Amino acid sequence: MEKRVVFDGKILPYALLMPQLLITIIFFYWPAAQAVWQSFLIQDAFGLSTEFVWLENYAVLFANPDYYRSMLTTLVFSTLVTVFSLSLSLLLAVQADKQIKGASGYKTFLMWPYAVAPAIAGVLWLFMFQPSLGLVAQAIRALGFDWNPQLNANHAMALVVMAATWKQISYNFLFFLAGLQSIPKSVIEAAAIDGARPVRRFWTVIFPLLSPTTFFLLVVNIVYVFFDTFGIIDSVTGGGPAQGTTTLVYKVFSDGRLGGDLGGSAAQSVVLMVLVIGLTAIQFRYIERKVQY
Amino acid sequence: MSEVVLDQIRKVYAGNVEAVRGVDIHVPDGAFCVLVGPSGCGKSTLLRMIAGLETITSGECRIGSRRVNELEPAERDIAMVFQNYALYPHMSVYDNMAYGLRNRGTAKDEIDARVKEAARILEITPFLDRKPRQLSGGQRQRVAMGRAIVRKPQVFLFDEPLSNLDAKLRIQMRVEIKKLQRALGVTSVYVTHDQLEAMTLADVLVVMNKGEVEQVGAPLDLYEKPASTFVASFIGAPPMNLIPVAGGPGGIATDGLTGGAGLPVPAAGAILGIRPEHLHLATGPLPDGGVGITFPVSAVEAVGSETFVYGPIGGTGQDMIARLPGKALLDAGTAMSVFALRENLHLFDKDTGKRIG
Repeated sequence: MEKRVVFDGKILPYALLMPQLLITIIFFYWPAAQAVWQSFLIQDAFGLSTEFVWLENYAVLFANPDYYRSMLTTLVFSTLVTVFSLSLSLLLAVQADKQIKGASGYKTFLMWPYAVAPAIAGVLWLFMFQPSLGLVAQAIRALGFDWNPQLNANHAMALVVMAATWKQISYNFLFFLAGLQSIPKSVIEAAAIDGARPVRRFWTVIFPLLSPTTFFLLVVNIVYVFFDTFGIIDSVTGGGPAQGTTTLVYKVFSDGRLGGDLGGSAAQSVVLMVLVIGLTAIQFRYIERKVQY
Repeated sequence: MSEVVLDQIRKVYAGNVEAVRGVDIHVPDGAFCVLVGPSGCGKSTLLRMIAGLETITSGECRIGSRRVNELEPAERDIAMVFQNYALYPHMSVYDNMAYGLRNRGTAKDEIDARVKEAARILEITPFLDRKPRQLSGGQRQRVAMGRAIVRKPQVFLFDEPLSNLDAKLRIQMRVEIKKLQRALGVTSVYVTHDQLEAMTLADVLVVMNKGEVEQVGAPLDLYEKPASTFVASFIGAPPMNLIPVAGGPGGIATDGLTGGAGLPVPAAGAILGIRPEHLHLATGPLPDGGVGITFPVSAVEAVGSETFVYGPIGGTGQDMIARLPGKALLDAGTAMSVFALRENLHLFDKDTGKRIG
């Protein structure tokens, strides 16, 4: 006997899938295909003629030391943002889960940053940390620390990491909180009776049971930090100073839109795409195995 | 000695909701105490207070001779079996049982010996490497029991451990829990809403209602001498017939009922309790002090070994049940006369429901 419910009809299932398929095709496959096609082309400076050059764009790209620097920047940026946003949001979620009084208010406040557009979030942090005007920057400088994200690439990196982390914490927090709340209370009580102190209880029972959530968030966060942080970087540092915060996705934009090198930029975006797909595949292949219980 | 003593235990939740109102229970060392009552009667709250999972608003809880009110659950030397088993889903059966011992820093070979011993007793040795999700409900239940017994605690606490099992397995596990408790001799407190489970398991049976203890005693004492109409209707299945009666010069003056001479029925009336199994078909004159009832039969349920007869009592409009042995040949619509002996009559106060005779 068939266990699933099966509806007769050939057209209806496709009709129901159509909206999602259309969106995926129009907004992902089509541009992706265009990017691949464009990465084989070189345009002249005025856009009057286009030449098919096979892999020349890629050859140029991989011969360019700037590109490797951007890769390193991306690695530092993505590692920091992912680690900070996951650990901080887990910490907040654990605290929120304990909270009984005023829990809903606490949760609401923690979710707000997610509703802020990336560019706005960037501007917010830019203002706070602007060396001569920003309130926080003034406080830091008053302590005798020469804070200047406009000149010091490390300071600029710290600033975009903070902004990107702050923006992503809400999302992670929501999922961690839901994950925590789906752990049966009696399991935690059983661990308490079994003599596990809160810290040990967390690492031996709660954290392992949260691992599916953590894995999901790891994948989402890496995709976020590779692509969606563009708005923050653009509004806070514009990739500078001295390309110190030019991540791969920002370089796609700056070389293509600002530099006018459409073919090279397309080649970069293809590489980036392959990179993220590869990373996600690796995560599913190796890490997801460990979260099964 | 690991008796459990509850002394005027109260639990008041935020918003002044009183879940447990001054409960006194004494569970002797090695005894099996069952808390039974309808949902919301405070029995689980009481158990959780003994476990240390709920704070005690006032009163004192002692395990052994130690006051445990302020102790963490881990420090009370108790083990608990939960309704949903509460096994650690990411750990093997072995690790589930070893977890509590590891947390206490027990030596490795000692842990191994104890886990294997418990697995042997519970017949779960073949499953030690499996994860809980690969086990059936009954097997999970055994693992939960195993987790409790490896720790060799002073007290076992059971929170409706059988309610997730199917009827057949429930009876089987009920017998096993009883045997295990006897063999280990560990003081146990068991919460259930199933009166049959309560009757069969308990040495000390505690019937609770609305946060208070209605009656404490040996199961058969509660069956034979219920202290209130609540206990009378809760213990025994089908429940005791509770018939409002008026007192009269010749005993009972209520339509449909005869006899009852010498019953101390107050002039204002009372509630007469008769268990369905204590009603017999009337064949001759009414025995001395007994009560006779005549009622029209509205329904007959024959289950082979016995027959249940239902019908309304004329003067009261109350439905009653008689449980007759074997196959009684009766039809709905006919009138039926039954009687009960004096020693099987219970009399309760009309207003408070307390036993008066």
